[in-house]
Amino acid sequence: MAKKLESSLVNMVVVLTAITLISAVALSAMNTATTEPIKLAQKQKTEAAIKQVLPEFATLDSKTVELDGEEVVCNYAYNSNGDYVGVAVNSFTNKGFSGYIGVMVGIDKDGNITGYQILQTSETPGLGTKADLWFQEGGKGCVIGMNAKDNPLFVKKDGGEVDAITAATISSRAFCDAINRAYEAIKNNGGNK
Amino acid sequence: MKISTIAKNGLIKENPVFVLVLGMCPTIGVTTSAINGAGMGLATTFVLMMSNLVVSCVKNLIPDKVRIPAFIVIIATFVTILKMAMEAYIPDLYATLGLFIPLIVVNCVVLARAESFASKNTPFYSLMDGLFMGLGFTLALTLLGLIREILGNVSAFGFKPEFTGDGMLAFVLAPGGFIVLGFLIALVNVIKNKTSK
Repeated sequence: MAKKLESSLVNMVVVLTAITLISAVALSAMNTATTEPIKLAQKQKTEAAIKQVLPEFATLDSKTVELDGEEVVCNYAYNSNGDYVGVAVNSFTNKGFSGYIGVMVGIDKDGNITGYQILQTSETPGLGTKADLWFQEGGKGCVIGMNAKDNPLFVKKDGGEVDAITAATISSRAFCDAINRAYEAIKNNGGNK
Repeated sequence: MKISTIAKNGLIKENPVFVLVLGMCPTIGVTTSAINGAGMGLATTFVLMMSNLVVSCVKNLIPDKVRIPAFIVIIATFVTILKMAMEAYIPDLYATLGLFIPLIVVNCVVLARAESFASKNTPFYSLMDGLFMGLGFTLALTLLGLIREILGNVSAFGFKPEFTGDGMLAFVLAPGGFIVLGFLIALVNVIKNKTSK
């Protein structure tokens, strides 16, 4: 076996510099290679979510508003005749049990909720993550069809109409918060049109 | 040294979770379901193999006094590469595991194998050691995840039978994870004692 390099100052500096240099080159190459696929994957996810939460539409018109320091994108959807169908809001909340939750909320022209999809969550699996089905059509806490234009959504514990997820009231509150924020975003964007 | 010895060490005799009890943070954190456990295990396996291989190749070029920072940089590089690749090509798994992937850098299993095995053995054996240690880790995490998923969520690998109700929530949370882990370690010890007699 070859002898180990001595721990002299020069050796240590040279070796560590060389290792970090090689690692930096490898990482920047990897970064360049994956930037496009990462963007594409996120875009596909967002587009799929918009399609899921809204009735059929032909064209989209996206506008961005800033709300509580985060960018919220409102995607206004129109059918092939150019009539307004509804809006899919890329909403969020920071009040989840583990912080940030991203929710795509679909709202039609009358202000009724047409659908939602959880985009990003770090809630407790088996508890808060149940939100992906719980509030859907057929779920125990269904919010589809509700209108939170003038009366924000609240869970029953807080005097509202929404059935909270069993043992995950904080996640449910956060979910309502994300929905309400979507309405706020629309309002800040010049109303639902 | 034989590969079968390395395999036995990694999978059972020196299983990183059940025997060495290393890397508890990701172990308890991600094993809320079998899929998450398996995903995290395989991610760690990749890092273990690559870091073991590289550390073993350059072991004579690294002065003793800076070996730990050198190992950490090598490990961190592979973890970052893995993170980018996962984010780009398997975004679904990345969404659930994302938080824990950077933590592989400080997973004691990886550094422990670099220090205690790869820096003393040939590249091929080190690669094998990384593979089997990683598989042992994967096996343990998947098993733990599966049991917690069945007890806590009444499902296995994401499949939920129609007739069931809710599971015992405690098992999805950290305390339940420790309880299951304790029983599994006890079980492994019983088996080990029986076979060694």
